[in-house]
Amino acid sequence: MTEHAAPVVDLRGITVAFPGVKALDSVDFRLFPGEVHALLGENGAGKSTLIKALTGVHALDAGEIRLAGVPVSFHGPAQAQDAGISTVYQEVNLCTNLSVAENILLGREPRRFGAIDGRAMRARATELLTRIGLHIDPGSALGSHPIAVQQLVAIARAVAVDARVLILDEPTSSLDAGEVAELFRIMRVLRDSGVAILFVSHFLDQVYEIADRLTVLRNGTLVNEYATTEVSRLELVRAMIGRELGVLDEVERRTERRTPDATPLLRAERLGRTGAIAPFDLELHPGEVVGVAGLLGSGRTELARLLFGADRADTGHVVFDGRPLRLRNPRSAIAKGIAFTSEDRKAEGLVADLTVRDNLILAMQAARGWARQVPRRTADELVEKYVAALDIRPADPDAVVGTLSGGNQQKVLLARWLVTRPRLLILDEPTRGIDVGAKAQIQKMVADLAAEGMAVVFISAELEEVVRVSDRVVVLRDRQKIGELSGADVGVDDVLALIATEAEKVVHT
Amino acid sequence: MNVLTRPRAGTRPRVPSRFLPVIATFVVFVLTFGAGAVRYEGFASGQVVANLFIDNAYLIVVAVGMTFVILTGGIDLSVGSVIALSTMITAATLRAGWAPWLVVLAVLATGSLLGFGMGVMIHRYGVQPFIATLAGMFLARGLCFVISVPSVSIKDPAFRDMATATIALPGEVTITYSVVIAVVVALVAAYVLHLTRFGRTVYAVGGSESSATLMGLRTGRVKIGVYVISGFCSALGGLLFSLYMLSGYGLHTVGTELDAIAAVVVGGTLLAGGVGYVAGSVAGVLVLGTVQTLISFEGTLSSWWTKIVIGVLLLAFIALQRLIVYRPALP
Amino acid sequence: MRNRLWWPLLALVALLLLNLVFTPSFFALRLQDGHLFGSLVDILRNGAPTLLIALGMTLVIATRGIDLSVGAVAAIAGAVTCTHIATTGDAVGGMALALGLCLVLGLWNGFLVSVLGIQPIIATLVLMTAGRGMAMLMTEGQIITVNNALFRQVGAGFLVLPIAILISLAALAGVALLTRRTALGMLVESVGVNPEASRLAGVRSRTIIWTVYVFSAFCAGVAGLMIASNVTAADANSAGLWIEMDAILAVVIGGTSLAGGRYSLTGTLIGALVIQTLTTTVYTIGVPPETTLVFKAAVVIAVCLLQSPRVTGTLRRPAGPAAPPVAAQPQEVGAR
Repeated sequence: MTEHAAPVVDLRGITVAFPGVKALDSVDFRLFPGEVHALLGENGAGKSTLIKALTGVHALDAGEIRLAGVPVSFHGPAQAQDAGISTVYQEVNLCTNLSVAENILLGREPRRFGAIDGRAMRARATELLTRIGLHIDPGSALGSHPIAVQQLVAIARAVAVDARVLILDEPTSSLDAGEVAELFRIMRVLRDSGVAILFVSHFLDQVYEIADRLTVLRNGTLVNEYATTEVSRLELVRAMIGRELGVLDEVERRTERRTPDATPLLRAERLGRTGAIAPFDLELHPGEVVGVAGLLGSGRTELARLLFGADRADTGHVVFDGRPLRLRNPRSAIAKGIAFTSEDRKAEGLVADLTVRDNLILAMQAARGWARQVPRRTADELVEKYVAALDIRPADPDAVVGTLSGGNQQKVLLARWLVTRPRLLILDEPTRGIDVGAKAQIQKMVADLAAEGMAVVFISAELEEVVRVSDRVVVLRDRQKIGELSGADVGVDDVLALIATEAEKVVHT
Repeated sequence: MNVLTRPRAGTRPRVPSRFLPVIATFVVFVLTFGAGAVRYEGFASGQVVANLFIDNAYLIVVAVGMTFVILTGGIDLSVGSVIALSTMITAATLRAGWAPWLVVLAVLATGSLLGFGMGVMIHRYGVQPFIATLAGMFLARGLCFVISVPSVSIKDPAFRDMATATIALPGEVTITYSVVIAVVVALVAAYVLHLTRFGRTVYAVGGSESSATLMGLRTGRVKIGVYVISGFCSALGGLLFSLYMLSGYGLHTVGTELDAIAAVVVGGTLLAGGVGYVAGSVAGVLVLGTVQTLISFEGTLSSWWTKIVIGVLLLAFIALQRLIVYRPALP
Repeated sequence: MRNRLWWPLLALVALLLLNLVFTPSFFALRLQDGHLFGSLVDILRNGAPTLLIALGMTLVIATRGIDLSVGAVAAIAGAVTCTHIATTGDAVGGMALALGLCLVLGLWNGFLVSVLGIQPIIATLVLMTAGRGMAMLMTEGQIITVNNALFRQVGAGFLVLPIAILISLAALAGVALLTRRTALGMLVESVGVNPEASRLAGVRSRTIIWTVYVFSAFCAGVAGLMIASNVTAADANSAGLWIEMDAILAVVIGGTSLAGGRYSLTGTLIGALVIQTLTTTVYTIGVPPETTLVFKAAVVIAVCLLQSPRVTGTLRRPAGPAAPPVAAQPQEVGAR
C-alpha cells in the first residue's frame, strides 16, 4: 500500500563481522511506513544480527542506516528507541518484578511535582492497553501474567513511545493459535495507523497471513526482497535454504517400514502432577515413535518430565519392562535406559563453558560415577563418531559448546543421550530454532532409531512435524491428555479438530 | 474476555503478595518486643523503643544504603569500614581545627567517592560486587590506620553538644538528632525508590538488567549510583556513629556490613535483587536491635549469645522466605 | 585459564623481588637442626592455613557457591581442641573431636544449600555469625592456652619444611589428583556452570554440592588447628578472623570466577602465596602493619582490573549471534 512512499528505514550495504565470521555482508534492506515486512532466513542467516545492527546493539563494520532519509548511527538500544525504533524480542525483555504500567511507561512516566504520578501512569497505561485491546490491571505485577500477555505489554510499550518502526523478533514462538490471532489483529491496527512493522518469523503460514512484503537472508547476505503475493512457498523456501525442499519429503511415514513390538516398554497409569498435568495413561512400545501434540501450555513438557523423573509425580505409577519403576529423579530413569532432551537447551541442556567432548560424555560419565573416568580414548572415539553422524560443526572436540550455533548445540545434546544407548528417548522440541536442513537430519535420525528398536517420544510445537514423524500422536489440551490418533493418514487437521471438539465440549457444559 | 485474559489452567502465580515479607518482619519485631515486655519489667516503655532507635540510628542509615545495592542484585561489603573511616576522618579533621560543616562535607564526599570507585569497577570493568567491595573494605579500613593507629577522641564542643542534645517527645521520651536524621534518610530513600525514575530503574535492574537496558533505561547510572548512595549512607552513618562514640578508631564497626546485610535480608529484600522495601530494612534493624536489648536485659547472658541468636534468626527468616514465599518444589 | 595465571604470577614475582630490594638476604635459606629457615619458609608457614582454606573454598566457588563460615569454623576447631587438651591433656582426641565437629558443621552448610536451596552467601553467613558465638561460648570468652608437644607440631613443627605447609600442599596435591584424575573435577565444574542441566544429565548435583561444603569445613577445621597450635592457644574472638576473605581473594586472584564453573587449583596456590607475600612484604618494607590492608586492596584491585574482560579486550563486542545484547551476569553472591 505504500510502495511509492519513501522508506522510513533504509539500510545499505550493512556489514557486521565478528572474530572468524561475517554475520552480515553488504545487506540492503528497506522498510516502508504502514507495512508489515517479514524477515526470513534459516538459523544463522543473520536476521537477529540485522536487527541488532539497526538498533545499535552491534556496531557496523560497513554500510549506513538512514531513518526517514537522514543518516543515523545508534550506540545502543536507548538511542534507537528515542529515534522511534522499538523492538520486542522473543524472550520478552521486560522486568517481571515491576508492574504492567511501569513496564509500559518507565522512561517516560507522567510526573507531578517531580515525582512519578502513579495514578496518571496507570490511567495512561490503561489507555494504551485498551488501544491494543488488552484488558488487564496496569497495577498488577508483569510476572503474574502469561508470556503471551507479557509480549503484548511489550508491544504496548512500543506504542507508548510512538514508535515509527516496530520490530517483532519471533513473537509467535510461545503463542497458541488464539494468541497469535490477537497479535495479528493488533499488528494490523498499528500498520493501518502508519507504523512500519518488521516481523521476523520462521512460521511460513503466519508470514503469508500477515506480511505485505518479504526479505530473505541466507548466510549473511541478501537473497531478495518480494511482495508476498508474488512469491510461492516453494520459491521462498528454495531462496532460504538454497536447495530443493525435496529432502524433507523423503522422511516417510514409519508405519510402512516397521511394526512396533506388541509388549509395551513403558506403561504409565494415572500418572499426574498437580498444577502440571492431569493424570494420564500412556503406553510406549519399542520401535515406535509417539508424538505429543498440543498448543502452548497444554502440558507437553510436563508430561515428558514426569516420564523422565525430572519432576515427581503426585499420582499414578509407571511400569517399565514389566516391573514397577519409581521415577524419583533423573538418575532413576537414566539407570533404566530412559533419556530426555529438554526444550530449553541453554538453561537445562548444555553446560555452556565445557567442551563439546565433556558435554557429549556427561550423561555417560554421570552414570558411571565420579570415580571411573571415561577413558580419553573412548571419549574421543565417541566424539568423532557422533560429530560425523550428526554433522556437528565445528568438528573440534575441544570447542567450548557455548560458541556453537543453536543447531549444532542441539546436535551435541542429542549425541549426549545417544551415547548412553537408551531404550526410550524423549525429545522435547529437538528441532526448535534449527535450520531446515538440520531439521530433516534429526527427523530422519528419529526414524532410524525407531527402526533399530528404540522407543521414541517426539514433542514439538509444529504440528506438521509431529504428525509426519510419529506412528501415533498423543494430543494434549490445557494440561490434560484428550486423546490419541494413529493411522497412516493422520494429519494436522485431525489433531486440531480433536483439540477444537474438546474446546467445544468445555464451552457447552 | 478473550484468550489472553482467561486465567491459565493449572498455574498458580508464584509471585507472592508483595508486602508479605515486610509484614512478616514487623510481626517478628512486635513478637520479640512483646516477649521482652512480658519477661522483663520496664521493657515495655517508650524509652526502650526510643533507645532502640538511638542506638541503631547509624545502622538504619547504613541498612537503607545497603538496600539500594542489594535491590540491584549487588552487595556492599565495605560499609563497616567506611563507617570507621568516617569516624576517623571526623576525629582527625576536628582535631586539626576544621569547621564542623567542612568536616561533614569531607566525610560525605569521601564515602561517596569510594562508592563511586567501587561502582565503576563493578559496572565498567565487570569486577564482581563481592570482590570490588571487599577491596573497598580493605582500602577504607587501611586508610583509617594510615590516618591514625590509636583512636582519636572528638573534643570539638559543637560536636559534643550535638551528640548529647536530646529532643523531648510526648510521653517523657527523649531521642537524639541522629534518630531524626535516620528517619529522614529512610523517608527520602522510600520516596526515591517508589516515586522517581531512578528508583524504579533500581528495581528494574534487579529484576533483569539486560531487559532494563533493552527497555532503554539508564542502567549504568543506576548500577554506579547505588554504590555512591551506599557509600554516602555509610559515611553519614559514620557521622552518626562518631556522635555516638565521640571517637575515631580503625577498629570501630568491624563486621557491621554483615549486620546491615542481615537486617536487609530479614527485612524481606531478596539477595537476588528486584524485590524489597526500605521499610523492611528498617524493621530488620529494629529486630536485630531488639534481640540485643533483650540479651542485655537478661544480664546474665554474655554478648556472644547475641551472635548466636542473630544467626538463628537469620536462618529462620531465610527458611521462612524459602518455604512460604517461594513454594519451591523440594526435590 | 592459562592467560589468567600470568597476572597473579607476575604480581607474586614482583612482590618477592620488592622484598629482595629491601632485604638482600630475603631468598636466603639455611638448614639447621633438620629445619629449613628463611623468609620464604616463613611465608610458607604463615600462609599454610590460608592456602588450606582457599583450597576448600575453590571447590565451593566452583559449584557457584561461597563459604563465609570458614573463619568461625576454624575458631570452633581451635576452641574444641584446646578445651579438650586443657581438661584431658589428650591432643589426638581433641583434634579428632574438633575435626569431627567440623564435618558436622559442613554437613549443616551443605544441607542448607543443597537440600533447602538457600543461597550460599546467606546460608554460610548464618554459621559465620552464630559459629563465632559458639566458639566464644566454648571458651567462655577466655583465651585458653595449652602446652602440648604433639599439638604444637601441627602449626609450628618442622619436617625440614614446616609441617603446616606440608599438610596444605599434600591436601592440594590430593585434591588435584582426585579431581583431575577422576571425573570429579569435570562434574564439579558442570554443576557450577549449570546445576539444572547437570541434574537432568544424571549428575549427582546435590551430593557434589553437599560434599564440597563438608570438605570446606574440614579444611577450615585443620586450618584452625594450625592457627591454634601456632599460638598454642585458642582465641575464639580473633582466630581465623577475616580468613574467609583472604581465601576468597586467593581463589579469585588465581583466576577462578565467583560465578562458578572452571576452577584452577594452581591459581589458588599462586593467589594464596600472593596474599601471604603481601603481608610479609609490608612487614619487610617497614611500613606500619596496619597499612597492609591498603596494599592488599591495591593488589586486589590491580589484579581484578587486569583480569577484567574490558581490559583484556575480549569483550569488545558481543561475540557472535548467540550472545545476549548485554553480557549476562550470574545471580549468585551479589554478582551483578
